[in-house]
Amino acid sequence: MTDLLYTEDESDLRAAVRSLLTARADPAALTGGRAESGSPVDGALWQALATEVGAAGLLVPEKRGGQGASHREAAVVLEELGRGCVPAPFLTSSVVATAALLALGDEADAAAALLGDLAAGRRTAVLAVPLSTAPDGPLPAAGRVTGVADAAGADVLLVLRGDGLYAVDRADAGVEPQTALDLTRPLAAVTVSEGTGTLLAGRADGEAAVRRGLLTGAGLLASEQLGIAEWCLEETVRHTRERHQFNRPVGSFQALKHRMAQLWLEVVSARAAARAAADALATGSGEAALLAAVAQAYCSRVAVHAAEECVQLHGGIGMTWEHPAHLYLKRAKADEIAYGTPGRHKERLAGLVGLDAP
Amino acid sequence: MTDAADLRTRVADLLAAHPPATTGRAEFLRARFDAGLAWVHYPQALGGLGAPRSLQAVVDAELAAAGAPDNDPRRIGIGLGMAAPTLLQYGSDEVRSRFLPPLWVGDEVWCQLFSEPGAGSDLAALGTRAVRDGDDWIVNGQKVWTSSAHVARWAILIARTDPDLPKHRGITYFVCDMTDPGVEVRPLRQITGEAEFNEVFLTDVRIPDAHRLGAVGEGWKVAQTTLMNERVSIGGSRIPREGGMIGPVSRTWRERPELRTHDLHQRLLTLWVEAEVARLAGERLRQQLVAGQPGPEGSAMKLAFARLNQEISGLEVELLGEEGLLYDDWTLRRPELVDFTGREAGYRYLRSKGNSIEGGTTEVLLNIVAERVLGLPAEPRNDKDIAWKDLAR
Ligand SMILES: Cc1cc2nc3c(=O)[nH]c(=O)nc-3n(C[C@H](O)[C@H](O)[C@H](O)COP(=O)(O)OP(=O)(O)OC[C@H]3O[C@@H](n4cnc5c(N)ncnc54)[C@H](O)[C@@H]3O)c2cc1C
Repeated sequence: MTDLLYTEDESDLRAAVRSLLTARADPAALTGGRAESGSPVDGALWQALATEVGAAGLLVPEKRGGQGASHREAAVVLEELGRGCVPAPFLTSSVVATAALLALGDEADAAAALLGDLAAGRRTAVLAVPLSTAPDGPLPAAGRVTGVADAAGADVLLVLRGDGLYAVDRADAGVEPQTALDLTRPLAAVTVSEGTGTLLAGRADGEAAVRRGLLTGAGLLASEQLGIAEWCLEETVRHTRERHQFNRPVGSFQALKHRMAQLWLEVVSARAAARAAADALATGSGEAALLAAVAQAYCSRVAVHAAEECVQLHGGIGMTWEHPAHLYLKRAKADEIAYGTPGRHKERLAGLVGLDAP
Repeated sequence: MTDAADLRTRVADLLAAHPPATTGRAEFLRARFDAGLAWVHYPQALGGLGAPRSLQAVVDAELAAAGAPDNDPRRIGIGLGMAAPTLLQYGSDEVRSRFLPPLWVGDEVWCQLFSEPGAGSDLAALGTRAVRDGDDWIVNGQKVWTSSAHVARWAILIARTDPDLPKHRGITYFVCDMTDPGVEVRPLRQITGEAEFNEVFLTDVRIPDAHRLGAVGEGWKVAQTTLMNERVSIGGSRIPREGGMIGPVSRTWRERPELRTHDLHQRLLTLWVEAEVARLAGERLRQQLVAGQPGPEGSAMKLAFARLNQEISGLEVELLGEEGLLYDDWTLRRPELVDFTGREAGYRYLRSKGNSIEGGTTEVLLNIVAERVLGLPAEPRNDKDIAWKDLAR
């Protein structure tokens, strides 16, 4: 049966990530301009996360150079990164690209070498597909691919062509940054010409690997969304307890209390959904696709709802650039589209559970 | 000290001595009580072992897995969940050993004489009077929405003993004998046509002072014990996927393609996801209890299921279209327990409207979550220091 709790090791990992982020991830620096710079990732912070905490290699077995942990631990890291709205290539490189490479098996030498580098935090890689691609969605034809997350900062692009999956050095590709809604997860258009890169796998295996990466991304994104929602709720509760209007804390008005209690209910539920998806991926359960679809269909909405309530219940200050609420709203809204919208996941679910359309 | 391993051994011994397959329900339950496995945190000889309360979930899970008979908490839930912990905490030794065993086995059903026509969410405003007369109290008043009163042998009752004090302070808590000649139970016919509930009229009902729980005037405090105690066996069993109200409507969808529309499809999928997530959240709560980490999520589950039951059953009636215009049966019935899935969609739709009212309304529960879980400030109150008799009614 699915284990929906956190183990002690997972709680320790959470504490390590949180203390690192509390000490070193500065939202003021983000709102103060780094977010707009197009390369919001704080390199030193990412190195600390990747190597000191060992986050980059969580999904990779020890014999292949990683930590030999599982999706459950990766999910805990994502909760914390969501809570901090931290710009870091963990999801795109350490989860999605890594899961794709792992799906290729240990035979492919080029893939093994790259995987070792990713796990050790020496390099980062991203799938050259739009961030919006659902696990069962159409994959882009080679050429120019837009909306590729974290591409500008990545060392390697994983490109699916007609004849297979290739690893292409970023220096050998055209990468034009795009202005993204989410300032903390930069997007770029990527152009790769025929003949560049190293072949990792043939078309069928390559496509299966990409889909595995996308499914892993969708399933674990739910944990990032949970983290976002938690932060939004906590900050909103804190603010409305302190902010006085009409000679009362605004948080004592029932119209607001009920909305926050409702959000709490959604967060509690989102945690169960996110944990179920992470556990199913970790155990290789046959229900992974189903539970990932459930988690995406649910948690996407919860994160957006929490972020929207956060802006609204903060009043005017929630609309300002200097308050971090907008970073969360942008991340939550972008995450709703990332790896498939809730609607797409529900469609997929309809097929999986036999609730066919008319 | 009793730990989980010790409890598993005791459960195994109980099952070996009384194999569920060949033991009658009542006999098994009596043996379970005597083995101290009824409610493990109760004292020895009162059905427990003085073990940590959180370990109850371990026993429930083991027994459920072994297919042991349960004591039908739907029928005797008020006794198990509300009367028992209050009797344990406030009853004399005589009271506890007289009432707890038959309550556990289900030989004696309990009901709860709390709500009144004028006191629902604001329960502390109640007006039923109890006046001291020698060794007895004489009670007059009217209660409403009393589940199981027509089958109950005993009731927990709160009544006003001092109208000059502010409303929370003049209340006293009693055990009321439902066979007393002054107790009149009338069916309260509800929205579904049946009468699952009752109005209870109390006319010069005599209650011996020995059946008082807690001190005179301390009834509100005692009632808090009652209200805070959730069902003992909470979370004992797992709900399978599509185990709740989403099950029948999903089956109808699969079996009756001619009823499908695009709009209903979208709404069904949304509700299916929400029902699955609520199921997972319930399962997570159960795992927390088994691991000895109870959290406040229980109140979340009641809120979630109330809304989902209403939305899902509403969708089901709409999906049925022409058949949804029909109702199975309006005959006044007096069921001993509520059976949601044994009746048709229209019944489910109507009955589920009570899910957000019974046991505390959704609005009141949201207040509780906001204040006790999130720590948001209470609203200003104007009823705290006024004598009950001077309150607006
Ligand atoms: C199916 C069913 C089963 C029941 N079973 C039992 C039973 O076994 N034993 C028993 O004693 N009682 C029982 N009840 C009674 C139940 O506890 C009360 O109906 C409930 O507490 C609400 O009280 P009320 O009906 O007087 O509504 P009111 O308290 O009059 O409420 C009216 C409306 O105002 C809202 N409201 C009230 N106060 C507030 C507030 N502070 N903030 C926001 N909104 C508020 C309510 O949510 C509701 O929407 C049952 C009721 C039902 C419907």
